[in-house]
Amino acid sequence: MSNSQDIEINEKQEFTITVYTENQIGLLNRIAIIFSRRKINIDSLNTSPSEIEHIHRFNIVINETEDVVRKLARQIEKQVEVLKVYFNTNEDIIWQEMALYKVPTDTIAELVSVERLLRENGARAVVIRKDYTVFETTGHREETDKLIEVLQPFGLIEFVRSARVAIIKNSDGFNRKLREFERREPGQDVIENEFLDAEKNVFSM
Amino acid sequence: MDTAQEEATTLTEPKKTVSVSGSVALLEGLIAEGTDTIFGYPGGAIMPIYDAIYDYKDKLKHILVRHEQGGTHAGQGYARTSGKVGVVFATSGPGATNLVTGLADAQIDSTPMVCITGQVYAHLLGTDAFQETDVINITTPVTKWNYQITDANEIPAVLAKAFYIARSGRPGPVLIDITKNAQLQMFDYAGYVPCDHVRSYRPKPNVRKEYIEAAAALINSAKKPFILFGQGVSLGFAEQEFKAFVEKSGIPAAWTILGAGAIPTDHPLNVGMLGMHGNYGPNVQTNSCDVLIAIGMRFDDRVTGRLDKYAKQAKVIHLDIDPAEIDKNVKADVPVWGDCKETLPLLTALVEEKKHTEWLAEFRAFDKTEQEVVIETELNPGQGELTMGEVINQLNILTKGEAIIVTDVGQHQMVACRYAKFNHTRSNVTSGGLGTMGFGLPAAIGAKFGAPDRTVVAVIGDGGFQMTLQELGTIMQSGIDVKIMILNNRFLGMVRQWQQLFHEKRYSFVDITSPDFVKLADSYYIAGKRVSEREDLVSSLEEMLNHKGSFLLEVMVAQEHNVFPMVPQGSSVSEIRLK
Repeated sequence: MSNSQDIEINEKQEFTITVYTENQIGLLNRIAIIFSRRKINIDSLNTSPSEIEHIHRFNIVINETEDVVRKLARQIEKQVEVLKVYFNTNEDIIWQEMALYKVPTDTIAELVSVERLLRENGARAVVIRKDYTVFETTGHREETDKLIEVLQPFGLIEFVRSARVAIIKNSDGFNRKLREFERREPGQDVIENEFLDAEKNVFSM
Repeated sequence: MDTAQEEATTLTEPKKTVSVSGSVALLEGLIAEGTDTIFGYPGGAIMPIYDAIYDYKDKLKHILVRHEQGGTHAGQGYARTSGKVGVVFATSGPGATNLVTGLADAQIDSTPMVCITGQVYAHLLGTDAFQETDVINITTPVTKWNYQITDANEIPAVLAKAFYIARSGRPGPVLIDITKNAQLQMFDYAGYVPCDHVRSYRPKPNVRKEYIEAAAALINSAKKPFILFGQGVSLGFAEQEFKAFVEKSGIPAAWTILGAGAIPTDHPLNVGMLGMHGNYGPNVQTNSCDVLIAIGMRFDDRVTGRLDKYAKQAKVIHLDIDPAEIDKNVKADVPVWGDCKETLPLLTALVEEKKHTEWLAEFRAFDKTEQEVVIETELNPGQGELTMGEVINQLNILTKGEAIIVTDVGQHQMVACRYAKFNHTRSNVTSGGLGTMGFGLPAAIGAKFGAPDRTVVAVIGDGGFQMTLQELGTIMQSGIDVKIMILNNRFLGMVRQWQQLFHEKRYSFVDITSPDFVKLADSYYIAGKRVSEREDLVSSLEEMLNHKGSFLLEVMVAQEHNVFPMVPQGSSVSEIRLK
């Protein structure tokens, strides 16, 4: 029993690391180098403001063993401006990636089969112009990959995919705790360099 | 008006502000944080701060180093002996990049430092301006925290945060990069408010009673418990708490090189040094103890040797303030998160008073073997060339364990750590984690400023000395009293030792020639002497120690002498070689 657990823990698999942080210039680098220092590739990285002002949320996907991921999580949490780190296997989360596909409008309009393929793949038209159409799908990597294959023969012009965003299944109280935290101790606005284009306003000698 | 009234009025009245420059606010902040000494080097982008410090010479002592790296090591030496935060100034570009080695050293050895770098004007950032370098990104991996200031209004709060982060929790180096415009900018300064809290930062984890209880139960049931302690004890100012724990539990305790001196060398329960060149007993017994109690140490590979054969038979209790250290290298059966100043007394209260007489006798038996096979010939060779060990031993006899010993890196460092006697904490200043050659001389300067009433002896090899020997200029100009002892074996000795033992004696670029160190010292107006004969050793050491002011003593030691015992890389600690 303990043996099989060991194997499980030592097997590489996809982990989604969720990081709540301050909004701080340079923090992205501080977090990124924790991976690059160990020569670990980041498969997917999403960073954006959370639902709470001043608090940002990172979603980082890597393929590693649980043991390594636990150590990485502790190193990330050690950073001064990191509030909290979670790591989850794919079983623990609901996740999506969004993809955009740009294809020539005439092909789509003329070929009934293409229209069917798009519907089968749950694609939605975002923009329709005379010359091209942009479709959007959301799903797992395999799903968005599949539509590339489908559209490739029909003159795919451009493709882009977002990073993974993930909801943790067992996240009771996250929003409430974050709101309470921010209410108790409001965060500070990020201070940017205001002088980049203000040469004349800067005293120099 | 009495004080109470005065306080009442200042509390009710709106805060008065004065218009000052960013530079003045910075210096006021440093004074408020208790800074008395700054190690630095001026340059274009930090000139406004240097202009301001001209008027603060009575409150802030500025030591002009000869290279910014020397500044960082001096800051480290100061922090290590004084228990305060080391402060370093450097200019932008090359000044800032020269800090990197010292920052990396301070980061891996958890030394509290605040480094201030000048930066080009904010409007020039990213234009490849003269002496512009991206110091924030260069120093990110080697700082606990860093921040770039582009507006003077940020200075007081950021400085307060920097000091708080540097000294709290697991200490470390912090760097603040200040653009020149912010140094010059006049702003409304409302006084300095120290920082005692950062909302996203937990300096120490909460102490969990159940783990203290579990640890105590494990210790009380142990037949062969063994304590390993590191610098965490002195970083946490917990020497008394540690001593109480060791004495009540009666458990033999061994140290990592950064832990040396947290309890006196002569303490009956101090069983010696751990690691690659540590003592015989502590290494072997790691693999025969039943409970291993690690306190404020991080299981560095130089301490553990081969991990899959390290203390596998033992239950491990790990006390550390940094949660990331728990289970990092060695899995802990009982993790005791927290500041050891808090956790140790809780643990001491629960452990039974014991004397592990038989178990301790086992250590003494190993000591006897090591004494016979290694130490006796090292400390009392009687004939032949001088050994490093006998030099350190004679120094011990003369200083009676009262001196601060600063070392560089290499064979002499291992010998000094093995044989130096420490009666007091904060007496061993060495570059442990990073192994920075060139650390010794500048660190000794800082060590002296951090502990001006104590004798500071820098033990340095002929290789490492030549990496930062320009700091002799700093000693000359500041007029401080540092005893410099160069153990000259005309080799990069540790690398040579490895080449002898593991590379079929293919001595590849390890024979190093040196200038006349005594003449060199003389050209810096520092007294000096060279000794190569045994009969002159003690008198030369006496001359060095009794000399008023700095003194450089070059001791010619055996060329091809190896440091033993040794745990060869990739071997288990119990496979330690005595020869």
